[in-house]
Amino acid sequence: MNAHTPASAKPSGAPSAVRFVLPVIVFAAGLAAWEMVVRIREIPPYVLPAPSVIFLTLIKDWSVLSQSLATTLLTTLEGFVAASIGGIALALLFNQSKWVEYSLFPYAVVLQVTPVIAIAPLLLIYLEQQTAVVVCAFIVAFFPVLSNTTLGLNSVDRNLAGLFQLYGASPPQTLRFLKLPAALPYILGGLRIAGGLSLIGAVVAEIAAGTAGAGSGLAYRIAESGYRLNIPRMFAALLLLSLAGIVIYGVLAVVSHLVLRRWHESALGKES
Amino acid sequence: MVESRTSAIVEASLTALAVSLRGVTKVYDTGVVALGPLDLAVRKGEFISLLGPSGCGKSTALRLIAGLSAASSGTVRVARHEGEVQIGHGIGFVFQEPTLMPWTSVRENVRLPLKLGGIPKAEGRARADAALASVGLADFADAFPRELSGGMKMRVSLARALVTDPDILLMDEPFAALDEITRFRLNNDLLALWRSLGKTVIFVTHSVFESVYLSQRVVVMTARPGRIQADIRIETVEPRGEEFRTSAAYSDYCRRVSAALAPSYSGQSTL
Repeated sequence: MNAHTPASAKPSGAPSAVRFVLPVIVFAAGLAAWEMVVRIREIPPYVLPAPSVIFLTLIKDWSVLSQSLATTLLTTLEGFVAASIGGIALALLFNQSKWVEYSLFPYAVVLQVTPVIAIAPLLLIYLEQQTAVVVCAFIVAFFPVLSNTTLGLNSVDRNLAGLFQLYGASPPQTLRFLKLPAALPYILGGLRIAGGLSLIGAVVAEIAAGTAGAGSGLAYRIAESGYRLNIPRMFAALLLLSLAGIVIYGVLAVVSHLVLRRWHESALGKES
Repeated sequence: MVESRTSAIVEASLTALAVSLRGVTKVYDTGVVALGPLDLAVRKGEFISLLGPSGCGKSTALRLIAGLSAASSGTVRVARHEGEVQIGHGIGFVFQEPTLMPWTSVRENVRLPLKLGGIPKAEGRARADAALASVGLADFADAFPRELSGGMKMRVSLARALVTDPDILLMDEPFAALDEITRFRLNNDLLALWRSLGKTVIFVTHSVFESVYLSQRVVVMTARPGRIQADIRIETVEPRGEEFRTSAAYSDYCRRVSAALAPSYSGQSTL
């Protein structure tokens, strides 16, 4: 909603540039202030490393950190895929049968509201470490997929449903040509949340597993560096985690936009 | 009641019936009586309008005929010709909203009934294109619904209802949300289609002027629960065109239909 006078009627040019430039300026200013404070007050790196030191650590430790990044990303991906398939499949099952929904939905909620950090140690006892970490990512991420898909499947236009009934559509036809496409925007919204959450789930499980196992993910690096007071590396690993989260979100947002751009309100420009 | 029903049946039995309702009622789960008892006979090839105040159950009647909901009592009979079992029930339905699938092209929207009926893709596409051409939208087959105006979306909806070549076309206030000029144009196009295709049309509306202009018979319904208040035959020189809309006979019919409709609104606060 741009309340501009007709004179400045360029719809997207200036504001979007501003929206991009402003956060960058804030970020640069924050970094500069941080660097200055550290240098002027001569704060030692094991208390608070300067951004330049963090950056140098990132380059110096790249071989270790990149491997950890790959491990964490793989875990996240596995958890995300499991959560997507599981969440959508469960929602479809719920949609087919009210009995199944009434029987199982409370447990899905229980799984969602129980903090995963509290479940992780148990999972680590019963499962192999790599499996346990993926399961954690799954537990955190599947619920938004489930609830969004359920919402989408229940949001089918009533008249369209009547039309399918009128033309004698079979249940699989109704699912494929009506319910799934109608639910698609909701599913994609759920996946976008699930992407970030599976990263969180993976990190939580890695931290819980950290001291016990042979973990090598980024969260494990953070825990390990903490014990060794290697604070710059902690920051470097944290930076990589944040970047990974941003990239995951960005990729899913782009995919969602590409899929929906021809028809859904959420992906259309304001002026059309 | 009994007399009127008998006379209707006698009159209707002269030619084959497309739709007949006998003592049909609809009671919702909440206990609200929405409709009836209703007796209605529609001959093959006839264009009738169901006219009544909002909430009188005229849309409900249409959904009963379409088989989208079941009558609480009474019988609903719809004539079907043999050999077309695979394409639904020989009924085309046009909703008040265009009710298009936003995620796919206009052509695919129109092809939907054929796709659900298992008609091969190539044939379905050809028939969809033909149906689109019949409503004047041949050039928009690849567009998406959101790229069309309200009137064009309604035409797509009409093309989709026609694509299976149904015997009966049910229309539920299809043009109510359109502006007057678009509505007039669609009225004329609908009449032209009806003349050339010879379908039975049951048209639900709350506009006196639209019902008189379009139909051979205007069935006026009472307020909830909907019953038949009057059954007025509109006789004029066919084919009808804009000159009918401005004729004295037209305004005379409008006056008669309005008068028949008036009791339904008495005792109601003006909304």
